[in-house]
Amino acid sequence: MAEGNQGNGVVVELDDVHKIYRSGEMEVHAVCGVSLKIQTGEFVALMGSSGSGKSTLMNIVGCLDRPTHGRYLLDGQDVSHLERDQLADYRNTKLGFVFQSFNLLPRTSARENVELPLLYGTRRLTNAELREKADEVLNSVGLTGREDHHPSQLSGGQQQRVAIARALINDPEVLLADEPTGNLDSRTSVEIMGIFQQLNNHGITVIMVTHEPDIASYARRNVMMRDGAVKTDRAVKQRFVATDEIAKLGGAESEADEIQP
Amino acid sequence: MRLSSSFKVAGRALRKNKLRSVLTALGIIIGVGAVIAMVSIGNGAKAQVQAQIASLGQNILQVFSGSVTSSGIRTGFGGAGTLKIEDAEAIRREVPGVVAVSEEVSSNAQVAAGNQNWYTRILGESAEYFDIRQWLLADGAAYSSQDVRSANKVCVIGHTASYNIYGDEDPVGQVLRIKGVPFVVTGVLTQKGFSLQGTDQDDVVIMPYTSAMKRVAGGTTLRNINVQIVSADQIESSQQQIVSLLRQRHNIRSGRDDDFTVRNQQEVADTANATADVMTGLLFAVACVSLVVGGIGIMNIMLVSVTERTREIGVRLAVGAHGRDILTQFLIEAVVLSAMGGVIGIAAGIVASKVISMIKNWPTVISPLWMLIAFLVSAAVGIFFGFYPAREASQLDPIDALRYE
Repeated sequence: MAEGNQGNGVVVELDDVHKIYRSGEMEVHAVCGVSLKIQTGEFVALMGSSGSGKSTLMNIVGCLDRPTHGRYLLDGQDVSHLERDQLADYRNTKLGFVFQSFNLLPRTSARENVELPLLYGTRRLTNAELREKADEVLNSVGLTGREDHHPSQLSGGQQQRVAIARALINDPEVLLADEPTGNLDSRTSVEIMGIFQQLNNHGITVIMVTHEPDIASYARRNVMMRDGAVKTDRAVKQRFVATDEIAKLGGAESEADEIQP
Repeated sequence: MRLSSSFKVAGRALRKNKLRSVLTALGIIIGVGAVIAMVSIGNGAKAQVQAQIASLGQNILQVFSGSVTSSGIRTGFGGAGTLKIEDAEAIRREVPGVVAVSEEVSSNAQVAAGNQNWYTRILGESAEYFDIRQWLLADGAAYSSQDVRSANKVCVIGHTASYNIYGDEDPVGQVLRIKGVPFVVTGVLTQKGFSLQGTDQDDVVIMPYTSAMKRVAGGTTLRNINVQIVSADQIESSQQQIVSLLRQRHNIRSGRDDDFTVRNQQEVADTANATADVMTGLLFAVACVSLVVGGIGIMNIMLVSVTERTREIGVRLAVGAHGRDILTQFLIEAVVLSAMGGVIGIAAGIVASKVISMIKNWPTVISPLWMLIAFLVSAAVGIFFGFYPAREASQLDPIDALRYE
């Protein structure tokens, strides 16, 4: 099955994936039998209430965790049973992570934060090459001129842009975002969605966990989970376009917090 | 991950908590500082011992009379008058490799000149004594072999004795009364300083041993015989021949103890060095304890650091760091911390040894070898005690680490 799908542009393929946690005598079935295919160039929002198993599934998709049973093919390769360091290499080369709390290294410049994945890559780059690449990606997320700022000198939205730049530095197949707007105000959230849509339009696959339906509406496809299984999986009909929403918000900047996009 | 990046990260982490880093390194600083200071003092002492041994003269054997009696009571060196002038002559004549021999008689006496008097050591020696001990005269001349044969009333005077009797006056040609007998001072000796036993070698009056026997000490036995051997590798065989010659001359049957003792200067040096080695051993033990304590401090603070930076570790793992990268990073941080402690400790040790040598007037010799050893050991302490926290960090689960609050 995997071999056949490779050519069709399936980048993430989950085949009857289970994840069972054991705490003492209790067995918790966090994910039970999820099968999911995500094509290259999709923008998927993974939704569900807390405890629905969406974070666990995201960890598996992000190669941070391995399924208890089932198969996970990332870019056509089975990664279900790889060792720690092999998974780390997949995370480094194929995946980019954006977190709710940004997770930037403190007291470290934006540029150095963005360079971080390159330091763990197999390619040996000179300091000048590192710098050039980092500055290029920072420029693409609109942070030119802030390369030397530390996270504490940046706003939440800017910090998340640095995090996105860090996720993009190794040209990943898939950008994984776990509640990327959870710590941001509405206007900034829309801006971040704007970046995601722009990246997606350029062909990057985006998988985003969110529990906010309106944020999910910026995606192309919504996968709803409940009790460890996929409940609904449908294309977004009335898709929000971030540039339009920002235009609508234009005059109401001061009230940004109250206005829902 | 490249080492240069790891060093950068380590430096940043340590700078962030400057006070904490310095306090953590303090154990290492004190340990290394103590070692460097003590080694400097120890080396200074050894150098002084070497200088004193050299001042005894080269390739010297000393034959002491006595040390044991037939009843088994040991009398100490020079205690029993068993050495005769004839023994010295026999050694001079019969033992191969002997360059010079000086018969020695020793006593203490009140000496006087003008209205000054002084209690000092009186040594009777042959004329070769000054060559054997490489003891030059600062002024005047030594007495001759003729003076020894005739037991003339002449003497040379050591610097301390001269100063106490004549002050700044020139003693050469003056009359010195020893036990009421007038002696003519023919020369003043150069300064030798203190001996290994701590006596002032310059507080002395030296005269022909014949004169000392007749006019000062009385008796006809020698305290000891100083023998100079032609070269260092000859010393052992000459020593054996002196022993067998004297046993034969003293009619000592085989199985009985010698009634004399032969010491060579190497034994004296060995004794002095053994003392220094005991001190070095003690200081090594103290340094080890201090380094272990310092190492535990480093381990403790590294565990704190790993806990504090759990999320950072999570991020690094998420973007593709291997366990090995995390291990190296924290190991380098621990090594930078302890090696920094080592460098500061070396500097502190050098300063301390300079201060001690200034205040106490002890000679100190700073050893580059020990500086290198101290640095390497402190770095090794960092690796040893940093390993456990670093391994803990490298084995963190990325999901747990990212969620850590």
